[in-house]
Amino acid sequence: MKKPLSLMSQSKRFGMLSITVVLISLILIFTKGFNYGIDFAGGTLVQVKYEGKAPIDKVRKAISVDKNYESASVTYFGSDEEIVIRTKMSSKALGEDISDKMTHLLQDTGKFEVRRVDMVGAKVGSELREKGLMSMFLAILGILIYVSFRFEWRFAVASVMALVHDVTIAMGAVVLFGIEVNLDTLAALLTILGYSLNDTIIVFDRIREGIRMIKKPDLASIIDESVTQTLSRTTLTSLTTFFVVLTLFLFGGEIIRGFSFTLLVGIIVGTYSSIFVASPVLMWLGFDVSNFREKEAEKLKREKEKEKMRAMYESGTL
Amino acid sequence: MKTLNFRVILFIFALIFGVVFSIPSLTQSESGKKITLGLDLQGGLHMLLGIKSDVAIESRTKSIAASVKYLFDDEEIIFDDLRMVDGEKVTFELLDQDDVAKATALLKKEIDGTVLTQNGLKFTLQMTPEEMQRTEQNAIKQAVDTIRNRLNEFGLAEPTVAKQGEDKILVEVPGIKTQADEQRIRELIARAAHLQLMAVDEDRAARVSTMSAAEAKSYGDVILEDVNTREKYLLHQIPVLDGSMLTDAKVGFDKNNQPVINFSLNGQGAKIFGDFTAKAVGKRMAVVLDNKVYSAPVIRERIGGGHVQISGNFKLEEAHDLAIALRSGALLAPVFVMEKRSVGPSLGADSIKASSMALALGFILVILFMLLYYSMAGVIANVALIGNLFLILAIMSLFGATLTLPGMAGIVLTVGMAVDANVIINERIRELLHEGKSIPKAIEDGYDNAFTAILDANVTTLIAAVVLYAYGTGAIKGFALTMSIGILASMLTAIVGTHGIYQWLMPKMNRKRLNFWFGIKSEEGVK
Repeated sequence: MKKPLSLMSQSKRFGMLSITVVLISLILIFTKGFNYGIDFAGGTLVQVKYEGKAPIDKVRKAISVDKNYESASVTYFGSDEEIVIRTKMSSKALGEDISDKMTHLLQDTGKFEVRRVDMVGAKVGSELREKGLMSMFLAILGILIYVSFRFEWRFAVASVMALVHDVTIAMGAVVLFGIEVNLDTLAALLTILGYSLNDTIIVFDRIREGIRMIKKPDLASIIDESVTQTLSRTTLTSLTTFFVVLTLFLFGGEIIRGFSFTLLVGIIVGTYSSIFVASPVLMWLGFDVSNFREKEAEKLKREKEKEKMRAMYESGTL
Repeated sequence: MKTLNFRVILFIFALIFGVVFSIPSLTQSESGKKITLGLDLQGGLHMLLGIKSDVAIESRTKSIAASVKYLFDDEEIIFDDLRMVDGEKVTFELLDQDDVAKATALLKKEIDGTVLTQNGLKFTLQMTPEEMQRTEQNAIKQAVDTIRNRLNEFGLAEPTVAKQGEDKILVEVPGIKTQADEQRIRELIARAAHLQLMAVDEDRAARVSTMSAAEAKSYGDVILEDVNTREKYLLHQIPVLDGSMLTDAKVGFDKNNQPVINFSLNGQGAKIFGDFTAKAVGKRMAVVLDNKVYSAPVIRERIGGGHVQISGNFKLEEAHDLAIALRSGALLAPVFVMEKRSVGPSLGADSIKASSMALALGFILVILFMLLYYSMAGVIANVALIGNLFLILAIMSLFGATLTLPGMAGIVLTVGMAVDANVIINERIRELLHEGKSIPKAIEDGYDNAFTAILDANVTTLIAAVVLYAYGTGAIKGFALTMSIGILASMLTAIVGTHGIYQWLMPKMNRKRLNFWFGIKSEEGVK
C-alpha cells in the first residue's frame, strides 16, 4: 500500500491558490472582457489566401479606401500567406454583399483566393449569445441534478464548485490570451463542464467507497487515502485526453485553435481541481462520516429486512 | 482455451457491424449509406435568411384590391377612389346606393378572410388577424418552396432549404467553386421575380417627369423606372395581373437574336389579359419585374392566347436565371441575410487534411502510450479503441449524419476519452493484483468497482453534449453528435468488449507473467 499523501493538511494553501486564480480570472473577465468574435458580436470575417506572402500593408490600404471599412482589422492567419479581415459591418442583401465588395477592393493587391466568409447579423449574434448562456446554465443544472441523484448533496455542491472553478479559470485564460470567443469556444467550455467532472467523479467514487471500507473516523485521512489511491488514474486519464487535444492544437489547423486551446486549459485545471478543490470543499461543507455510515448501515439493514421478508414470503412462512 | 463468451461475441459483432457500415463512407463508394461532409469540410454556402413578412401582407392587400377592381368591372358596379391604405387596408367608394347590397354580397362571396366596414358609401376592406397570420406563414412556406425550386432547377447538387424556427429559412448549398458562382446563386435566391403587367396612366403621363411620388399616390398611381434607360413611367398602382397567373417561362430569342423571356398565362390570366387589351387599344401597358419597367409597348389590338414576351437587353446567363425565377414563382415577401457562412473548396480540403492528421497522430500517441504502459492490457484497450472508431463511423453512416470540422474534433476527443475507461479499469485491476488477489478475481472485481465511476463520468459528459446539441447551431451540433456517439459506443467497446477479451484470454494468464499481461514491473513488489 502506498503511503497516503497528506493533502488535506495542505488544503488551505491550495484553497488560497485556487481562490487567487479564480479572482484574477474574474477580474480579467470583467475588466478586459471577452474578445467576442463575429458569432456573438455580429460582423463579417473574410479569410483570404495569397499566392506567396500576403501583402498585409497593401491590403489595409486597399480596404480603407472604403470609409465603411476604415476600422476593419487585418491579421495574418496561421501562415504569412493567409490573412483574415474582420469588420463589425454585416449586410442583409443577398446580392452584392461585403465579401464581394472586399474582393473588389482587393483586386489590385495580388493573386488571391477568398477561402472563407462568415457573416453574422447583429440580431443573430445576440440570439446566439443568449442561447450560449442558457446552454451553460442548463448544463450545470443538469449535472448538479445528476450528481445529487447519484451522490449525497454535498458531493454535488463540491463537484459543481470545482466545475465553476474550472470554467472560470478557462474563461480567464481565454481573456488573458485574447482568444476570440466564438461558438466553438463555447463548445469547448461546455465540454470542460462535462469532462472536468470525470476526474472529480473518479475521486468521489473512491471517497464514497473509502468511507465504507477504511475504518477511520475522520474524513481528512479517508480523503487523503482515497485521493492517493486514485492519483495515478486521475493523471493518466487526463494525460491521454491531453495528448489528443495537444495534437489537435498543434496540427488541427488554425480554425479550431481557439477551441483546442480552451480545452487544453480546461483539462489541466480540471485535473488539478478534482484533486485539490473538490475534496477540500467536501470537507468544508461539513460532510459527516459517522452520520453517513449510520445512514448506509440503516439502508443496508432495511434491504436485508426486505430480503428476509421476501425469503419468508417465498418459503410460505408469512 | 475457453470458448468464446457472450461479451466477446457481442464485441465481434459490433466490430463487424462497424467495419461493414463504415466501408461506404471510407471508400466514398456510390452505393450504401454514407456520412455527408459538412459544408465546412467540402466547401459550400450556408445561409440563414429572414423574411420581410410585412411585404407579404402588403402584396396580399394589393391582390385583394386587384380582385375588387376586376369583380366590380365584371359586374358593372360603378365605383371610385379604390386605393390601398397603410399597406393593409383597401378603401373604395360606391357611387350608386343601389349597388351596395350587390357589392357587399359579391365581396363576401369572392374574397375570403376579410372584414368589410361601411361608412355611408365609403367602404373599407381589411384582412382578419387570422388571415394576416396565415399570409405570413404562407409567405415563409412559399419562400422555402420557391427557393428550393430555384436551386433545383439551377442544377445544383443536393441543396438544403428548410424552415428554421418560426420565421427563418435555412439554405445550404454544397459544392460551389468560385465566389462569382456564389454571388450568382445568392442573386437567384434573392430575386423576388415579382412580375406585374401594369397599365400606364395615359391621362397624366405627360407630367410624370415633374410629379412627386406622393402626388402619384394620391391618384392611385405609382412612378417606376425603366430598367435600362431609367426613364420614368406613371402606372396605375393596381396591376392588371401579376405573376401568380403565369404557367411557364422560357428563354427565347427575338428577331435581333437578343435573348428574351417568353411566358404563358393560365386560362384566367389569359382572359383578363385579353379583356384588358381589348379595352385599352392605343394605350401603353408596362411589363414590370421587381418594380422595374422592362418594356411598355402600345397595345395595337386585343391580345388573346396569353403569351407575353419580356425583352430588356439581357445577357444569356441573366435571362436563364430570370426564367428559372419566374417559373418557380415569385417570392411573396423579400428575404434578407441574417447569417452567412461560406467556405471555399480548397479550405475545406485543408481542414480535412489538418483534422485527419490530428486524429491520426492523437490516435498513435494514445495507442503507443497504452501499449508501453499496460503491455497486453494496453493492446486489449487499443483493440477496443479501434472498434470504437469504426462504430462511430458506422452509426453516423447509417443515420446519414453530417461530419463537420468540430465533429472531427469530437472524434479526436473521443479517442482520448474512450481509453479513460480502460485506464480506470486497468488501474483497478493492478491495484487488486497488488493486494494479492488472483487474476480472475482481480479482473472481475476490477470491472465491478470501476463500472459506476465510468458510468457517472460518461453520463455527465453526455449531459453537456446533449445540451450542446440542443442549443448549438450548425457545425457545433456535429461536435456534440460525434462526441455523444463516441461516448455511447465506448461503453460497449471499452467496457463490455475488453471485459470479454479478458475472460476469453484468462486461462492463458498466470501471475508469473504480470509484466507481460498488465505491464506490472516485478520490482513494484507484487505479493
